[in-house]
Amino acid sequence: MSNTTQLLRFITAGSVDDGKSTLIGRLLHDSKSIFEDQFSAISKTSEKRGMAAVDLSLLTDGLQAEREQGITIDVAYRYFATPKRKFIIGDTPGHEQYTRNMVTAASTANLVVILIDARRGVLVQTRRHTYLASLVGVPHIVLAVNKMDMVEYSQARFDEIVSEYKAFAAQLNLHDVTCIPLSALVGDMVVDRGDSLNWYQGPTLMEKLESVEIDHDVNTTDFRFPVQWVCRPQTDEFHDFRGFMGRIEAGEVTVGDTVTVLPSGRSSTVKAIVTYDGELQTAFAPQSITLTLNDEIDVSRGDMFVKADAMPAVAKEFDAMMCWLSESPLDKNRKYLVKHTTRTAKCLFSKIEYRVDVNTLEHHAEPVVNMNDIVRVGLKVQQPLAFDHYKRNRASGSFIVIDEANNNTVAAGMIV
Amino acid sequence: MSKHTFTHLDALESESIHIMREVAAECKNPALLFSGGKDSIVMLRIAEKAFRPAKFPFPLVHIDTEHNFPEVIATRDKLAKDLGERLIVRSLEDSIKRGTIVIKNPDLPRNPFQSVTLLETIDEFGFDACMGGARRDEEKARAKERIFSFRDEFGQWDPKNQRPELWDIYNTRVHRGENIRVFPISNWTEMDIWQYIGREKLHIPSIYYAHEREVIRRNGMLMPVSDLVQPKPGEKVEVVTVRFRTVGDVTCTAPVESNARTVDEIIEETATTRITERGATRMDDQTSDASMELRKKEGYF
Repeated sequence: MSNTTQLLRFITAGSVDDGKSTLIGRLLHDSKSIFEDQFSAISKTSEKRGMAAVDLSLLTDGLQAEREQGITIDVAYRYFATPKRKFIIGDTPGHEQYTRNMVTAASTANLVVILIDARRGVLVQTRRHTYLASLVGVPHIVLAVNKMDMVEYSQARFDEIVSEYKAFAAQLNLHDVTCIPLSALVGDMVVDRGDSLNWYQGPTLMEKLESVEIDHDVNTTDFRFPVQWVCRPQTDEFHDFRGFMGRIEAGEVTVGDTVTVLPSGRSSTVKAIVTYDGELQTAFAPQSITLTLNDEIDVSRGDMFVKADAMPAVAKEFDAMMCWLSESPLDKNRKYLVKHTTRTAKCLFSKIEYRVDVNTLEHHAEPVVNMNDIVRVGLKVQQPLAFDHYKRNRASGSFIVIDEANNNTVAAGMIV
Repeated sequence: MSKHTFTHLDALESESIHIMREVAAECKNPALLFSGGKDSIVMLRIAEKAFRPAKFPFPLVHIDTEHNFPEVIATRDKLAKDLGERLIVRSLEDSIKRGTIVIKNPDLPRNPFQSVTLLETIDEFGFDACMGGARRDEEKARAKERIFSFRDEFGQWDPKNQRPELWDIYNTRVHRGENIRVFPISNWTEMDIWQYIGREKLHIPSIYYAHEREVIRRNGMLMPVSDLVQPKPGEKVEVVTVRFRTVGDVTCTAPVESNARTVDEIIEETATTRITERGATRMDDQTSDASMELRKKEGYF
């Protein structure tokens, strides 16, 4: 791995029965990312359990708390690297609370690997995983048709599954879908091609992970700069320095550009782009920078810098798709907090339009919103927010809902 | 972004800066835990990148076991001084004198007791957020912990009651008396740390580089000979060329045999090593499969 490799975040969706843990184990093992002490620990456990070969799924085995109490902690993160890329896997084990876990893990992912058992084909859960991936806007989808060794590596079977899946994906407007036949158990088409799938000409799973184009996963056109922190050193050297610190969430900015501060609507021009490593002429998403302006205008945390050629909406009311994460149902009579970019504001739910059945995609009128429900809602916030449609810009179209009574994060929202 | 280059280190650095700025902006009284070890030195550079030209909006805090490698403490003090930042040191010895830590043998590893002094320090200064340099690749309990890890009034981590963490919108809210641990470099690996040390030309304690040292072979590890670690009957002191992959309590941190005398050589070695960082170097994490998990529940970082 060199200093010029890119970072790719991906998740795997599927159950233990689909061979998900085995697939992750296989990726780690065949890319030589498993250490000897880890391998010897799982070898011992495999032997204790009377297994003939080392069970790679044990690599993703849980904590003592999980084993003792039979619970599953929602997301575990794993890391590996190849000479081409560094990878972060968001691993969401278990069936329980699947919606909540997958939405959480998918929210930061560039890519999702949806696993199918070749014998069983496209199931209800495949549709659910695909719908959730589309809801959270994961840019790239890989359909991994696993256990090809159990269907005699049949091309006809693979083609049948692919055509059924692609018809479904088209309904959800998913465009970047790659279908790969593989066997995680044997190792075919995961890292190595193997000898049994010679009719398949496409990339192995690893080749896909290493080559998928991710530069445009962030919005590169609409400049969005939420202010995190106002820097006023008040030292002799930096007496008049007033810098606006934050991360560019979308687009880019160049010294001299006219920027507008929302929600106030005041404008100025960029005087300098300051970083620890020196001043920049141009900065782009997702760089963390400090901006200084040529005019003294009122700016504080929670404000957003934008440019006139690509303005977001500024409003106190909007609609959103929302995943409810809390064990306590949504209470329509209560106020909650919304945290959107760097701004936190009180909010009310003005309407609950419908709940989506994640298995059939049907809409139901539903007065009660429980954990794992996906609902379309209307929100009213106390202060205006500067936002985009989630599909256009993940960073300025997403928010979380916080229950002030216990400070828990109770929902994830995507503005529509 | 094809016209720009944005590497994995740039991505990790920008994420970590973003996290530190969220802490500074949303927490009332944060602190940055700083030991002088390599991960916390990376944290300091990220803090510089996040807040310069101003001072850090938080103090540095070290919970000192007094089982130290002198090179590490020297680096700790030098870095804090060079940066002109405030360093608060609280020692386990003070807790022992107060009677809040009771130890049978002062020479035994003290990591298990660090939680006590940390919680007392949090209480003394009223910190509502402590940033630490823990990484998820270190250990499987860490792999399941959030970047913003909520703790109750006893400093305990409840793995089955964590707040979901979506996108990079962090929920920093706590009630009075509760606090959060924040891990800005959660997503970094040992390799990333070394590449960053190389890229940023960071000064780290000399014991991270290969050097000759008196050691004893014990339980399959090399134990460094010191005032606190002396050969038992039948054990032989050898001089071996070693480096430390982690530095902690001098009584339980083992070096590895290595000839890597530069950052580049360490990166090369890290790329080919077949043993995890903690597996190779920490006696205390090997006590049981769940050692780290248990310590975290007691209030360890």
